[in-house]
Amino acid sequence: MATLLQQLINGLVLGGLIALIALGYTMVYGIIQLINFAHGEVFMVGGFASLATYRYFLPPSWRSDWWLALPLMAIGGAVVAVVLAVVMERFAYRPLRNAPRLAPLITALGVSVILKEVVRLGYPGATAPVPFPRAFVDHQFRFEFFDGTVNIGSTAILMIVVSIVGAIILQTYITRSRMGRAMRATAQDPDTARLMGVNPNRTIVLTFTIGGALAGIAGVLYGIHITNVDTEVGFLYGIFAFTAAVLGGVGSIKGAVIGGFAIGLIKTLSGQYFPGGTQYDLVWIFVLLIVVLVFRPQGLFGEPERVRA
Amino acid sequence: MTALLEVQNLSVAYGAIEAVRDVSFAVGEGQIVSLIGSNGAGKTTTLRTISGLLRPKSGTILLEGKPIADLAAHTILERGVAHCPEGRRLFGRMTVEENLQLGAYVRKDSGVAADMQRVYDLFPVLGQRRTLKAGLFSGGEQQMLAIGRAMMSRPRLLMLDEPSMGLSPIMTQRIFDTIKELQAAGTTILLVEQNALAALALSDRGYVVDLGRTTLEGPGHELLADERVRAAYLGED
Repeated sequence: MATLLQQLINGLVLGGLIALIALGYTMVYGIIQLINFAHGEVFMVGGFASLATYRYFLPPSWRSDWWLALPLMAIGGAVVAVVLAVVMERFAYRPLRNAPRLAPLITALGVSVILKEVVRLGYPGATAPVPFPRAFVDHQFRFEFFDGTVNIGSTAILMIVVSIVGAIILQTYITRSRMGRAMRATAQDPDTARLMGVNPNRTIVLTFTIGGALAGIAGVLYGIHITNVDTEVGFLYGIFAFTAAVLGGVGSIKGAVIGGFAIGLIKTLSGQYFPGGTQYDLVWIFVLLIVVLVFRPQGLFGEPERVRA
Repeated sequence: MTALLEVQNLSVAYGAIEAVRDVSFAVGEGQIVSLIGSNGAGKTTTLRTISGLLRPKSGTILLEGKPIADLAAHTILERGVAHCPEGRRLFGRMTVEENLQLGAYVRKDSGVAADMQRVYDLFPVLGQRRTLKAGLFSGGEQQMLAIGRAMMSRPRLLMLDEPSMGLSPIMTQRIFDTIKELQAAGTTILLVEQNALAALALSDRGYVVDLGRTTLEGPGHELLADERVRAAYLGED
């Protein structure tokens, strides 16, 4: 029983991380029908940027106070991730707005490779995993549960809380605010949104901004939780997040969050209980994806694709 | 007197295909002007070009004497031109209220709530269903909402593309009555219709568009009496 609870907690932590990244995938897809394969690298760069903020910009006397250091690292990571996402949209995707859909997709793959290599060669020591400071926020809470001890770290709690709170704030913003309405209108019918006076470029930049900020924050949370960051994580978590977004229904906020948690839980639970253990946990994730796509191609919460007149 | 909207020798192409070849017309302040003509004549393309969704190949579009053909769609709306598109194009997954709020998207004044109430007074059925999704409504109700949404920007010029398409005769009458009321309230209207009889009957001026060209023009009642118009568009011979 203790093992089960422990794996459920681990799954929620991983799921929260995947959900934060998946939100960026799903929002960008919703508005310009682009699977931004470079989004995983935005997450990775956010992690490195927050580490750089800690190492090179924080005065040493601030570093031991997590309540001071952590928000500043989060801001550093998020700001760099947002700038990166917006620059990417402006120079890589916007010129291809009216090109066949395959062109921006391949561009996204190219941007992904470029970003990974630039960080690997440019960031000091990034050819191997770079350690994150672990002096702060790694307090472990331990408690007895039936037959054993369950462990939950403060970084784990932070990950779950931030992902859920972030998703709720985002959902509220999208459904209640004026800009949120403009984003939904552009996603549903871009031409008619323009007739309402919505500036499509501004809406798209806002979408990339929100996605970038969430990915940047995910990067910090990953760093302090795993206690290192390396250039490969962008690809790996990008694939998880992409799968989560497709599973939940691309374009749906709720779908991305539930898809993220579903993948996190499947990975940890199958790794513990299924034959083959952690060697096969990725298999079960993609088995689920295939099953969902066969029976519900639009994903759990997606709208069926409609052909526009 | 300069017209509120003046279109001169407009031509618009989709790639190599010229949908509009030579369209010229003028809409005076406070008038109802209709463009009539058969399917594919270029009427919808003309409206989409005026509202900035398409770029002309040549020709000019003047709003109060100033060229607007190069402006972005949202800027043209801010200048006071609203476009209620063909097929209504509501945001079907949003509520009535959200559709109206989007209609008022560019407005920053405090009169939006009052204007929304005016739409609900004009079309009580919308007021009763303001929290329902627009996609669930009948064609007539959707058209009311589409017109209401276009009115929410407080346009000086309202362009309506086929507002009677797919509606019952009663509902068509209702929509045309509404157009007349909007004119009485001071809105200038540019109407595109296949229902030429109804459109010309309430228009101050009409233009016949044929194969991308304006071929005939005149006051609505004169065009209604014109033999060529009657033969071609009113189903008489």
